[in-house]
Amino acid sequence: MATPPGGSVRTVAPSPGGPPAAQSSPSGPSGTGGPAPATTASGWRSRLHRLDRQASPYAYVAPFFLLFAAFGIFPLIYTAWVSLHDWNLLSSDNPFIGLDNYTALFADGYFWNAAFNTLSIGVLSAVPQLLLALVLAHLLNRPLRAQTLFRITLLLPNVTSVVAVVVIFSQLFGRDFGLINMVLDWLGFGRINWQAGVASSHVAIAVMIMWRWAGYNALIYLAAMQAVPKEIYEAATLDGASSLRQLWGITLPMIRPTVIFTVIVTTIGSMQIIAEPLLFGAQVSNGAAATGGTDRQFQTLALYLYEKGFRSFEFGYASAAAWMMFLLVVVVVGFNYLVVRRMRGGLDV
Amino acid sequence: MFKALRGHPLTYLTLVAVAFFSAFPVYWSVIVASHDNAALAEVPPPLLPGGNFFANVQRVFDTAPFALALLNSFVVAGTITVSVMFFSTLAGFAFAKLRFRGRNALLLMTVVTMMVPTQLGIIPLYMLMIKLEWTGTMYAVIVPALVNAFGVFFMTQYLSRALPTELLEAGRIDGCSTARLFWHVVLPAARPAAAVLGMLTFMTAWNDYFWPLVVLTPDNPTVQVALSQLASGYVRDFTLGLTGTAVATLPLVLIFVLLGKQIIGGIMQGAVKG
Repeated sequence: MATPPGGSVRTVAPSPGGPPAAQSSPSGPSGTGGPAPATTASGWRSRLHRLDRQASPYAYVAPFFLLFAAFGIFPLIYTAWVSLHDWNLLSSDNPFIGLDNYTALFADGYFWNAAFNTLSIGVLSAVPQLLLALVLAHLLNRPLRAQTLFRITLLLPNVTSVVAVVVIFSQLFGRDFGLINMVLDWLGFGRINWQAGVASSHVAIAVMIMWRWAGYNALIYLAAMQAVPKEIYEAATLDGASSLRQLWGITLPMIRPTVIFTVIVTTIGSMQIIAEPLLFGAQVSNGAAATGGTDRQFQTLALYLYEKGFRSFEFGYASAAAWMMFLLVVVVVGFNYLVVRRMRGGLDV
Repeated sequence: MFKALRGHPLTYLTLVAVAFFSAFPVYWSVIVASHDNAALAEVPPPLLPGGNFFANVQRVFDTAPFALALLNSFVVAGTITVSVMFFSTLAGFAFAKLRFRGRNALLLMTVVTMMVPTQLGIIPLYMLMIKLEWTGTMYAVIVPALVNAFGVFFMTQYLSRALPTELLEAGRIDGCSTARLFWHVVLPAARPAAAVLGMLTFMTAWNDYFWPLVVLTPDNPTVQVALSQLASGYVRDFTLGLTGTAVATLPLVLIFVLLGKQIIGGIMQGAVKG
């Protein structure tokens, strides 16, 4: 597509080879008159032009790829190499130990505990979050008063930083002075020590994640829904299909690619959760931060990686954990992808 | 035409309830930040802002190096934003409109790496920072974030759609070099998308917590790191923590209130193409 202009310039040059242009270029400035200088000047220019056309694309993507290779790709690959060593920040000698880190990891109960917590918090946060987002987008996908105001309010939690979210919610979930316990007390349910239990801490963390991301996903669904032709809904309304039925019967199948996209992105995100449990634990004590609670009741895989890598500085072991985490992400994303794809049959109208 | 779908009272009721729950925690942080700690124990709790906000802010700046943290965060987020906008537009232009060998493979690699969890490489990245002697400095936070795959993908998508190839060809026929084309044709055309990318990048950089926590020291933090120090520990000073939260969130909320419409437009635009 880009060839026509380049091609036409090239034909002006007497010969596309290097030597003729090189010979004639000294005579260019002297300007001996006639058509000859014009040809040589354009020959020189066409070479420059060709160089520009050939080299520029690489020059333009180079800054990105150089920086990305150094600080993005290289660490990814090097992790595998480090994971095969007994590598510690404090020791000068880092012997190769093969797969020993992985064997130790498989026997480490704390690792499996973290894997369980990650999946549990992931399910508790992702499933209600995406369902809520879907309903919200459905409600917003119609002519409404204060449409923009609703959208901005829904996205407000996403602008708030993770740290701010956890600080705010830790106060709300506080045992003694928390607003949520105050309400529970008032309703006669009794107070909950949210950080203490496995289930209660997972719910609290899931609520924080949901609060931060439901509105964002709702906007993404809304964008997809607005591309669905309105006539389909009109026909369905005439046929007497309820609003909820239209959501499941028409909207969902029509926006399936977006649903798959959000499921994948949300899954990847929830497998990496770290700031929430880290800071939620820090509300209890500094010691409970990296372990995700005093009994590791909410330590996620990423937090386990942090504890091994940046508290005890076992780089080799932590790298092995990183790779296992990556494998788990691939497995879970693949599983979710298959599940969402299978939903196709059941949802077709 | 379709009356059933128009603003039903129940629709409004649901949306107002959700909007309330979205906004309340932020509002609550302002309430706590403007009272003293004793007010938190009251039943019922205060629901209107009190008069203690500036005294609390003073306390925040006395307790943690918050002024330095704010300055650091502005420098970090600002530098990253300008760099991501520029290099993403540059690479996006090449991917969207220029033909070169290896183009598709490179673009595919960019998209695939978007899906890889960043934490996978965090240990070697930290080792690299030690080697470069950048730990504890803002270089460690800025340099790895100068480019990202999402930005390149985002600008590639936008430019392949919004930049007419005829315009570039016309420029070529007039004898424009690629650099001149980029400067005079591509950059103006890229402005709307670059602005959205800039806002998203600034928000992400400002809110980034985990990597700065790992690589910085408590005496030279970014805002999020300082905030987490303020809000953790044995002493439960919620007022202090939530005042810090308000101060750290304020710049972003300001940007968001001013440009919220564009940000939302950008997210929704990216979603359709993503």
